[in-house]
Amino acid sequence: MSVRHALLALLTEGPKYGLQLRQEFEARTGEVWPLNVGQVYTTLQRLERDGLVESDGEGEGPQKGYHITAAGRHELNDWLRTPSDTAPPRDELVIKVLVAVRLPGVDVHDVVQVHRRRLVEAMQRYTRLKADAADDDLTLGLVADAELFRLEGTVRWLDAADARLRRLAGAAPATTEATTEVTTEPAVQGHDVEVG
Amino acid sequence: MEVLELRQVSKVYGSGATEVHALDGIDLAVTAGELVAIMGPSGSGKSTLLTIAGTLEDPTAGDVLVAGADVSTLSRNDRARLRRRAIGYVFQDFNLLAGLTAAENVALPLELDGTGVRTARAIALEALDELDVAEHADRYPDDLSGGERQRVAIARAVVGERRLLLADEPTGALDSVNGEGVMRLLRAACHRGVAGVVVTHDAQLASWADRVVFLRDGRIVDQTTAPPGPESLLAPGPSR
Repeated sequence: MSVRHALLALLTEGPKYGLQLRQEFEARTGEVWPLNVGQVYTTLQRLERDGLVESDGEGEGPQKGYHITAAGRHELNDWLRTPSDTAPPRDELVIKVLVAVRLPGVDVHDVVQVHRRRLVEAMQRYTRLKADAADDDLTLGLVADAELFRLEGTVRWLDAADARLRRLAGAAPATTEATTEVTTEPAVQGHDVEVG
Repeated sequence: MEVLELRQVSKVYGSGATEVHALDGIDLAVTAGELVAIMGPSGSGKSTLLTIAGTLEDPTAGDVLVAGADVSTLSRNDRARLRRRAIGYVFQDFNLLAGLTAAENVALPLELDGTGVRTARAIALEALDELDVAEHADRYPDDLSGGERQRVAIARAVVGERRLLLADEPTGALDSVNGEGVMRLLRAACHRGVAGVVVTHDAQLASWADRVVFLRDGRIVDQTTAPPGPESLLAPGPSR
């Protein structure tokens, strides 16, 4: 998620103060992605350095006002059309499952289930957030759905991994074969597994 | 209060070499107001669990209690009455009767149970209204969209004094927004005091439940703990 471009987008609506930018960012992401103040000011300083925003030169910290420049608008338009995340991230969960397959005395299915449960628990929390929100809260619906589909993708990968491991265990119990098979799978859409 | 209780329930199909243990020592209790999701892969025993909970099938061993009544001690008639009065079913393919209107479909279980036609219709209309499909009361299932049909099916499942709501992959082939609508309705029905069990392989559907139970090879292998409130998501976490 680009805080940088989110701040530029907010500034297209007119000049704003740092504190105001932080509050509006959180409100518009359904408060699912909180920002700390430091992140906002560091990002604004970098944007100013790169000529994408200008400060009004008065006030300090939260009182300092910013407006977007022509170069900032250009940058924002380019970013909207740039494909996201072309390189697959190294997924810690995939690595954990691969390690569990090889490690003696570890039941890989137990490891898979621990993660499956934690992911589903995280999904329950996002779903509850959505369920409790007003019907017309579009932002929260969109943000919660994005997280839910991401988490669901990982659960489905775990289901597939589980099924693949069981099928192989049924056919040929050699651990090394199972490992080889799994490592040839393409990397999943990754994200941090520490969701709990 | 526990509306559904399974105690050491097992189900075996076939015998000898072809013996299949569909369920093996299931202990599960669902209280009024609670929606529980049973999640597991194909062949894990999800649907068998649901049909046994719905008294449509008998377990090979163990006890099934619905609204406090031990199902094995009930006569055939009493069991049929329990099914009509206390248990509502929602199936993947909706199972509405094509020759009856939406209102007639919803009123049918009440009429079968002896409620007069007029009273049954009034109660059915109320249930349809609660699910926002009252305007379709006199239309036939074939004239309704998938989402509308499923709402009618849910109205039929919760109409009257139902205590237990059982759903097997209830969002069927609906798209994700309509599927979410169905889960919202099931959740709302449960939170009004019905005990609900939904079986699914879909984690998004399961996440609407208060508790998710994981089934594997006929056994409960794990379940979610009561999730903390959504506010826990708002705490600043590691950056992505």
